[in-house]
Amino acid sequence: MLNPISLAFKKAKNEKRPALLTYTVAGDSSKKQSLEILKAISNYADILEVGVPHNTPVADGGQIQTSAYRSIKNGIKMNDIFKIVSDFKKSKNSKPVIFMGYYNMIFQYGENNFLKNCKKSGVNGLIVVDLPWPENKIFSKKCKKNSINFIQLLSPTTSNKRLKSISKDSHDMIYYISMLSTTGGKLKVSPKKILSNYNKIKKISPKKNCVIGFGITEKTISNFKNTDGLVVGSQICKEITRSLSNRQNPVINVSKMVSKLRKKIS
Amino acid sequence: MKLKKGIPVIDQGDKLGFWGGKFGGNFVPETLKKPIEDLEIQFNKLKNDKNFVNVRDKYFKNWIGTPTRFIKLNNLTKHVGGAQIWSKVVSDANGGAHKIYNATVHCLLAKRSGKKVIIGDTGAGYAGKMLSMAAKKFGLKCKIFMGAKDIKRQQPNVKAMKKNGADVIPVYSGSQTLVDAVSECMRYWVANCDTTAMCVGSTVGPAIFVRICGWSTSQISRELKIQLINEFGEIPKKLKLYNCVGGGSSSFGFWNEFMDYDKKQVEFIGVEAGGPAKSKRHAAPLTYGSKIGILHGAAQYVNQDSDGQIEETESISAGLDYPGISPLHCFLKDTKRARYTAASDEEALKAYQIVTKYENLRPSLEPSHAFSVAIKEAKKLSKNTIVVINSCGDAYKDRGILEKKLGKKYVKSN
Repeated sequence: MLNPISLAFKKAKNEKRPALLTYTVAGDSSKKQSLEILKAISNYADILEVGVPHNTPVADGGQIQTSAYRSIKNGIKMNDIFKIVSDFKKSKNSKPVIFMGYYNMIFQYGENNFLKNCKKSGVNGLIVVDLPWPENKIFSKKCKKNSINFIQLLSPTTSNKRLKSISKDSHDMIYYISMLSTTGGKLKVSPKKILSNYNKIKKISPKKNCVIGFGITEKTISNFKNTDGLVVGSQICKEITRSLSNRQNPVINVSKMVSKLRKKIS
Repeated sequence: MKLKKGIPVIDQGDKLGFWGGKFGGNFVPETLKKPIEDLEIQFNKLKNDKNFVNVRDKYFKNWIGTPTRFIKLNNLTKHVGGAQIWSKVVSDANGGAHKIYNATVHCLLAKRSGKKVIIGDTGAGYAGKMLSMAAKKFGLKCKIFMGAKDIKRQQPNVKAMKKNGADVIPVYSGSQTLVDAVSECMRYWVANCDTTAMCVGSTVGPAIFVRICGWSTSQISRELKIQLINEFGEIPKKLKLYNCVGGGSSSFGFWNEFMDYDKKQVEFIGVEAGGPAKSKRHAAPLTYGSKIGILHGAAQYVNQDSDGQIEETESISAGLDYPGISPLHCFLKDTKRARYTAASDEEALKAYQIVTKYENLRPSLEPSHAFSVAIKEAKKLSKNTIVVINSCGDAYKDRGILEKKLGKKYVKSN
């Protein structure tokens, strides 16, 4: 049986489109609202990345930082985040969930305990921004043992040799960072160049589902229709911020945005 | 966990950059793996290259001005009545603090690798000021990331940076202090690492930055060793080296050359920032038993909550106001080579008053923390004990704070 993440990719492929992955921060702007957002956008998205907010993020730009600080300020704790996921998983439209965060949160929770709770709440995969290869070797094996996808990251600075080793140690999904940037940066590289790097990765590991993230927005997303999957994060976080400052409902606005994103790649 | 003899501490990390198997490492985004590896290869080669070391020494001597003075504080010794109190006046260095050594080395490395821009973080503003000086000297463009709170409280250094042509970029996230400045600087590097070199302002960050900084500031103990022998004919039988510890760059440099001596002969005392007397938000992770966590790419003892969120700190001295501590110091603590304690804001201020009353020396608020503990302990020590305090910064940058806390008259008369 395929794991839920691979299954989501397969479904999208059958519809001849890339899978749509969204990123929202758990607890933004409140526990309740972030759960509502997940429920609403899972009508259109295939896989949901749930950001685990951390207060010294070294790879996130302004939009995601704002979301994360908002969530932390509201008192979100790791156990609340697991609860959000398990509540979401009980809803009828639930989709695979990937946690995205920084290693210290896992380290403090205890690797084994963390994975146990991931399994219990229904988390299907993990992206740990600051645990690169080969430092992640032991932990990624642990994840695999627990049927949790450890998602390796690749970037434009990753050498060919590294690329091969990382692909070899990856599970079903790989995440390609489109450009040298923190999250939320403007796309400063041509889609052609990004796709050529993407194809290079696919050539090395054709069986792995490779998604592209960073710089993917309503404006740029249609350039990447012929890929396995695309991640939109900062634009969604920005929409939450915008909605809040205009006293509008973020759930409705974000849901509209994700629906539009989906249309652009369908 | 054991300290090895005969091998520089900066080279005692394992393959993945961990000291003692658990401090340090490289917890960085994938994008930074390559630039970090490039820097590692370059540094490992150049630190053994006689030519490069000669160039470094030439700049240290002619531009930074080495050696800095090693002086006896006669009046203070008499006042305290106990051990002999000496000071290594590292604030003599060009720019007024030890941060110049690391900044110079990073600019030399950046030049060699063909980078045109160098970025750095700063807390008290010294790391930033020195990097802006060195960048100017070597013809590099310079950007300094500084917490908005620190910009307000360390204006003299901000002015100096701007005068040297650096862009000072205020950081408004989090506590708006050093911890946020380092995060923002690393984020900028993630986005620009193809054209830009990064200088981490202390012995913190991914392992390579810890090593480069430690290698650079070790100039302090190289000089001190010679000065001690010139003064006493040998390394004294009872020597105690007091240094403030924020990130830990000046203290590591002050101790490095004495690492292999028995601690009964040469003792290292690191003084962390205890914060305001009644505050719990200290910046003293070693003294108050903080847990190991990951901050800015390295595993270290760090102030954090049970979830792993990094806690805000509070200290009168911006240079020590950091929730983490160098992996090197974690290693020295757990191998018991160094002893760590803390001084409060009030104690540091009091020490500043005592030192400036008796001596023609104006330690900044950071080394005032070290003076506070040294004065207290020296009282109980014998006359043949040599106490040396690293006066690693000058109080000029603290004028605003000192004026506010101690009154205008006091600052003027000193």
